[in-house]
Amino acid sequence: MVDSITLGESLRRQGVSRRGFMKFCAATASMMALPPSMIPAIAASLEKARRPSVIWLSFQECTGCTESLTRSHAPTVEGLIFDHISLDYHHTLQVASGDQAEAAREAAMHENAGKYIVVVDGSIPGPDSNPGYSTIAGISNYDMLMETVKGAAAVIAVGTCAAYGGLPVANPNPTRAVAIQDVVKDKPIVNVPGCPPIPTVITGVLAHFLTFAKLPELDSLGRPVAFYGQSIHDRCYRRPFYDKGLFAETFDDEGARKGWCLYRLGCKGPMTYNACATAKWNLGTSWPVESGHGCLGCSEPNFWDAGGFYRALSIPTSDVTRTAAAAVAAGAVIGVAAGLANKAKKSAAAKQHQTVTVDQLGEG
Amino acid sequence: MENSMDFLLWVRGPAFDVAVAIFLIGVVARLLEILLLGRKSLHSEPKGAEFSSGLAEVFKRSVPLPDIVKRGAVTLVAGYVFHIGLFIMLFLFVPHIELIESIIGVRWPGLPNPVVDAVTVITLFALIVLLVHRYIQPVKRMLSGFEDYFTWLVTFLPILTGWLAYHRVVDPYPLILGIHILSVQLLLVVLPFTKLMHAFTLFLSRWYNGATYGRRGVQS
Amino acid sequence: MSSLSLERGLYDFKAAIDAPIASFFSSCVHCGLCAEACLFYVETGDPKYTPIRKLEPLRRVWEQEYTLFGKLKKLAGFSKPVTDDELEEWKELLYASCTMCGRCSQVCPVGNDIAYMVKKAREGMVSSGHAPEPLVGAATRAVKIGSPMGVKWPAVQNQIKHVEADIGLKIPIDVQGAEYMPLLSSMEIINFPEYLGALAKIFKQAGITWTLASKAFEATNAGHQIGSSDIERELVARVVDEAERLGVKFVIGPECGHAFNAIRWDGPELIGRPYKFRVLHIIELLEQLRAEGRLKVDSKVTERLTFHDPCNMARKSGIVKEQRNLLGMVATNFVDMPDAGIHNWCCGGGGGANSMEEFEHLRLKAFGVKRRQLEAVEPELLVTACANCRLTIEEGLEHYKMEIPIAGLTEMIAEHLKED
Repeated sequence: MVDSITLGESLRRQGVSRRGFMKFCAATASMMALPPSMIPAIAASLEKARRPSVIWLSFQECTGCTESLTRSHAPTVEGLIFDHISLDYHHTLQVASGDQAEAAREAAMHENAGKYIVVVDGSIPGPDSNPGYSTIAGISNYDMLMETVKGAAAVIAVGTCAAYGGLPVANPNPTRAVAIQDVVKDKPIVNVPGCPPIPTVITGVLAHFLTFAKLPELDSLGRPVAFYGQSIHDRCYRRPFYDKGLFAETFDDEGARKGWCLYRLGCKGPMTYNACATAKWNLGTSWPVESGHGCLGCSEPNFWDAGGFYRALSIPTSDVTRTAAAAVAAGAVIGVAAGLANKAKKSAAAKQHQTVTVDQLGEG
Repeated sequence: MENSMDFLLWVRGPAFDVAVAIFLIGVVARLLEILLLGRKSLHSEPKGAEFSSGLAEVFKRSVPLPDIVKRGAVTLVAGYVFHIGLFIMLFLFVPHIELIESIIGVRWPGLPNPVVDAVTVITLFALIVLLVHRYIQPVKRMLSGFEDYFTWLVTFLPILTGWLAYHRVVDPYPLILGIHILSVQLLLVVLPFTKLMHAFTLFLSRWYNGATYGRRGVQS
Repeated sequence: MSSLSLERGLYDFKAAIDAPIASFFSSCVHCGLCAEACLFYVETGDPKYTPIRKLEPLRRVWEQEYTLFGKLKKLAGFSKPVTDDELEEWKELLYASCTMCGRCSQVCPVGNDIAYMVKKAREGMVSSGHAPEPLVGAATRAVKIGSPMGVKWPAVQNQIKHVEADIGLKIPIDVQGAEYMPLLSSMEIINFPEYLGALAKIFKQAGITWTLASKAFEATNAGHQIGSSDIERELVARVVDEAERLGVKFVIGPECGHAFNAIRWDGPELIGRPYKFRVLHIIELLEQLRAEGRLKVDSKVTERLTFHDPCNMARKSGIVKEQRNLLGMVATNFVDMPDAGIHNWCCGGGGGANSMEEFEHLRLKAFGVKRRQLEAVEPELLVTACANCRLTIEEGLEHYKMEIPIAGLTEMIAEHLKED
């Protein structure tokens, strides 16, 4: 249910001081790469923001995105904002189940028509797939999604599965799964990929929406540029080792222990755009590369099929050795055929040779 | 193909297979096409051995005669800078070594990336010198046609795009990396049908040439 | 037997292409370095003389007939056929501006043997009726009369009488079972008959048995020059038949480049079997005799002299040390010119080029490179071992008003032999 208290009032009720609130607004501005002059505007908007209704749809997902979001061990203002939203429907977090849960969803849709936010995690079996692969309350994912977004103000696709299909679309994609943006064409969508996404990224997007009542600037893959505008490679603290050509070759060799670049161990940092290298995980504790494991590229489309987590980015994804062997064999067959044809043509030409005599030369 | 990641995965996947297939089928077929024409066995009394001389010529021919060094200086210097640079870029750059290892299972140490970077710039420069020279030098101008300029382009592009990708000059990275890999695939596909085959047939030619010298007792 | 035609020429082009030639055409990257080795390009600066370009008609036949891609292009109508007009234009390139000297083959970075290809391309030029008139004349005289200059045995006998009178020794003729059978070139018989006398004196001192063959005295092979294996074979067969009939152990090539090449390297391939005798260049024989101590001189040449290495002898047969060892024996002031040995520059007259009167201006221009070699060493005497080179160089020196006498090596040795 939505009540009419503002976000400012909500935060104050939870003990957030004015000072703390302003610090949060400054941090938000900085994270969005907005100038300090925007801070008062952010503060004023957030102060007055109404509690938006949020309907969270979970489809073919592992619940990792929700786990990521709810696992913050210390309350943060982002977390409190999250608490501030009116989460009217969420499989994992809600108390109700069955018909009551669905009824709550429909009520929220009806009461906040045109104003609620739909957050989606997980991919859906496509419209031409068998709906039986994933249903909720007997309704196919596709039907529920299309019905729910009808009255939405915006859709946030959280996690790589919702944004690009993620694990379910990995080869051979047995459920014929698709991403949200593949089927929702008439609503603004923000993709917040990652497997899972960094929590502050999720809440940062929400904060932006609450502050400016519109979605942040998006890149060509629909991701907020503020968080996905830089590649891991360009922000990685191990970059100097890449540049110097110092690579770990196994997970426990001298290079690994010295913290050298993990390119040869399959790091997909160069092709991956996310905030892991700067914002890090668990409130800035660490992130995969810092822990000694290469980046999986988990915020990119098709990262599961991008050629193996432990094979370098320069290695092709297909089995080239097999292709090469087959091609050499085929080439040999064609070559022998062509070569024998050549030989035959040459012999035939030689047979056609007529002895040259000086009399013939004289005629010439 | 909806986005640059799809493009990158396509070039790293099916496109790679197709390019390598066409390349290998083409090269093997061309070599057999040449070899099966055969060589008449000779009856004249040889002065020396063919085999060792043929093999030696494969290497010796890389050293030019002194008067050619003077007369063909631009072609020789730019040509060698290009070829040596190409060798370094192709075989001593760590990401390429990873690629080769994944195909043939052998690896070797690479050079530091900044060194390869510098070599790449010099190589690109040498290629441009070669292009200009091909157009203005009368013998090369007369000998050259569409194939010569096309093969130049097809050789230049992978090196240029590789350099652009390494320096992340184009955004997003998957796009420029994909273009680089695609340009390499274009080179592979074109190679067997053009003078680029010399990369393989020069071993045969030098051999035959040296074999004749050996047979005739010429210390080349 | 049909007359010469483009059709016959094309068959011969096709039949001439073997694995080496296919490899050469595949490898050429149009680097143009072959031109920098060719005296005709270097002295004229005209790119049309670029060696690999001389093979363009043959290359197109190779592409259209022997490559998958070329065959497809032909089917799709994208290839240019070889025409009579083109071959007529190529006559100058394949004959007048190419002596098959082989310098281009030495220099090509991918290892193409361009001179080899020129020889093979001439086969098709002949059977398509595009061989040059002067060479046709020479070939006709060689086949019908016995020598390209029309020299018959009676004329030779005449020269022999003069030589015998000069040196006081008998010249053996048609001696069964003699060890060595020297061949002569018409050039020598007419212009340098001293050569025969020199042979007689040297063989006497060395104590070897030898003979001329009345039916096979002519070494010059117009078939080799014109590039017709049929005519080359006919002329070589005369020598082989006589040599085997007389049962000689060695046939000695004269101081003549292409003649040695024809009998030493081409002959066995043309007749399809090894000889029953061995072939030596006269200089190879003289060096053997010297090394065995059977050649003694009692005076030396003291002038500052240098040696012109004939292409067929040095670059194409590996005879390089031999002449220098012999000069070491008979000269005190020998100096090599730059690029001596197998890298030497052609005189510009070999391979039949000399007989093309029409292109004398080209040869004289090309002589510039030899002139520079000579100017670098400033010799008082030039020695060589090829009569054709001698003639060509004499013409060149006269044209450029350079006063350098030329001597043949064999004669020079004979002049300084120890008299017993």
